[in-house]
Amino acid sequence: MFGLTAENWELLFQGLLLTLWLTFASGLLSVALGIIVGIMRSAPIGLLRSIAAGYTELFRNIPLLTVLFFAYIYFGGRAGITLDAITTAIIALGVYTSAYVGEVIRAGLLTVSKGNIEAARSQGMSFMQSMRYVQLPQALRAAIPPLGTLIIALLKNTSLASTITVADLLFRADLVTDRTFNPDVLLIAGAMYVALTLPLGALVSVIERRWAILR
Amino acid sequence: MRKFRLLVLLLVAVFVMSACDVNVATPTATTAPPAAAPTNTEAMAAPTDTTAAPEPTETEAEAEPTNTEAMAAPTNTTAAAPTNTTGAGGAVTNDLAAIKARGKLIAGVKYDVRIFGYLNPETNQVEGFDVDLARAVATRIFGNPDAIQFEEAISRNRIPYLDEGRVDVVFSTMTANATRAEQIGFSDVYYVAGQSLLVPVNSDITGVQDLSGKRVGTAKGSTSEVNIRAFAPDAQIELFDAYAQAVAAMDAGRLDAVTTDDIILYGFERNSPDKFKVVGGQFTQEPYAAGVKKGNNELLAEVNAAIRDLKESGEWGVIYKRWIGTDPAAVPPQDWQDVYAEAPTVPTLVPEQATTATAGAQSAAATAAAAASPTPATAPAAGTPTP
Repeated sequence: MFGLTAENWELLFQGLLLTLWLTFASGLLSVALGIIVGIMRSAPIGLLRSIAAGYTELFRNIPLLTVLFFAYIYFGGRAGITLDAITTAIIALGVYTSAYVGEVIRAGLLTVSKGNIEAARSQGMSFMQSMRYVQLPQALRAAIPPLGTLIIALLKNTSLASTITVADLLFRADLVTDRTFNPDVLLIAGAMYVALTLPLGALVSVIERRWAILR
Repeated sequence: MRKFRLLVLLLVAVFVMSACDVNVATPTATTAPPAAAPTNTEAMAAPTDTTAAPEPTETEAEAEPTNTEAMAAPTNTTAAAPTNTTGAGGAVTNDLAAIKARGKLIAGVKYDVRIFGYLNPETNQVEGFDVDLARAVATRIFGNPDAIQFEEAISRNRIPYLDEGRVDVVFSTMTANATRAEQIGFSDVYYVAGQSLLVPVNSDITGVQDLSGKRVGTAKGSTSEVNIRAFAPDAQIELFDAYAQAVAAMDAGRLDAVTTDDIILYGFERNSPDKFKVVGGQFTQEPYAAGVKKGNNELLAEVNAAIRDLKESGEWGVIYKRWIGTDPAAVPPQDWQDVYAEAPTVPTLVPEQATTATAGAQSAAATAAAAASPTPATAPAAGTPTP
């Protein structure tokens, strides 16, 4: 099909699977870290707020490629730990994206009405309790659409991991192009990315409708 | 705060003005040569005049093409020159008579390859193995190594430059092969490059035979990748976009070796001799030869004579040692085809071989699996531009 042999298709599909795994793992990591950062940014303790703000600004202002290559070099044995390229990429992608997720969560927390928070606190709930039972459930729902956008962006960003020898979809597409001199391979890879992102977008809007806050 | 802003503005203004200064200087320089053109009959009759007027002060401007032109123009006026080479396009013949009349040789060299053709930012001069050989040709024709103007010729444009007559000759780390020999004329071989290995200084790898199970980095889609898979089928190959990235990865401990043409590796070694060393010699052979426009046989004869003189007088070995750093093992053969004939037979990478290699290193999953694709070893080798 499209002038590619079965072996080359298999190569591309292996890359596709790795791209999905990278997105899943680093997406999970970024949401977990992002929620922590988002809560820290709205915490009543000034020091926590500054730390979270510094973290956000750091990773929001450095190009992802730089973060990836730095992690690749740094976790190659210099820091005393050696991680393989795929783990390195998952960590770098997750940490980078968590800065954005943190902002989205913070924005979600801001949508919670002041009356709700005051009611929760006057019931004798601590900050963490109010966060856990009142603010966060509302904030997460409000954050679903922008989170979906972030995850789709993350899926496309995983292609940058190909620069640190992670054999994802784009890396395989490059390889197959070099082997076959077939310029359509990149088009096929592009179509594969779309075949991943479109259903992801649809999934996000389904979740959004299910969990919408009725006002 | 306002003062700070003013300071920045001032700095920008100074920068722009200094940039303008350079720009103002060039037009006057480029207009000079055409003005020198009229009396060309005299020049044809007396080409020896130019050799009598060497100007030692010219060296200073050598690296900057526009300046060289300006400097060369006054000396040319005495012998007068029809310098119509750059603008006029394909119709111009750059054969020997035209070059002699012009009073200088125009050579295309690389500006970014350390050791061969490199624009030294400190001296603003191009220098290297290729540059020295081009100067030897200028010496042969004009008796003056400075009767030469350098143009940057990258791999992609060096053959078009010859066709258009923008340059007379290219010394541009160019591998002579049959495909290219159909388009341009190749001189005698002046260097035999080959694929080699760069390893950390404390490494115990001594050659391509020690690479079994080792992590070896190279560039995606290069001939080097095809070759190393054939020569070291049990190595774990990691692919990068650029060689510098691979070397950085090796420095960080992620690779045991980096492989590509030795001249590129020598550049890295030269840059940080405390970290890296080139080992194992060459396991492939690529004959480097100068190129001229097809049909410029008189010029080609001069280039060949210059190269032959260098080889016979031993000067070639001196130049080799100056740039490569060691004494040459052997003087390269005259004909580039002989290099391929003498080369050790490359083990051909048949699909079966590649798959078994992958099965052996299955744990090395990701990149190694790439080897499973049946690679027609010859196809990429022929299609990928060699450095």
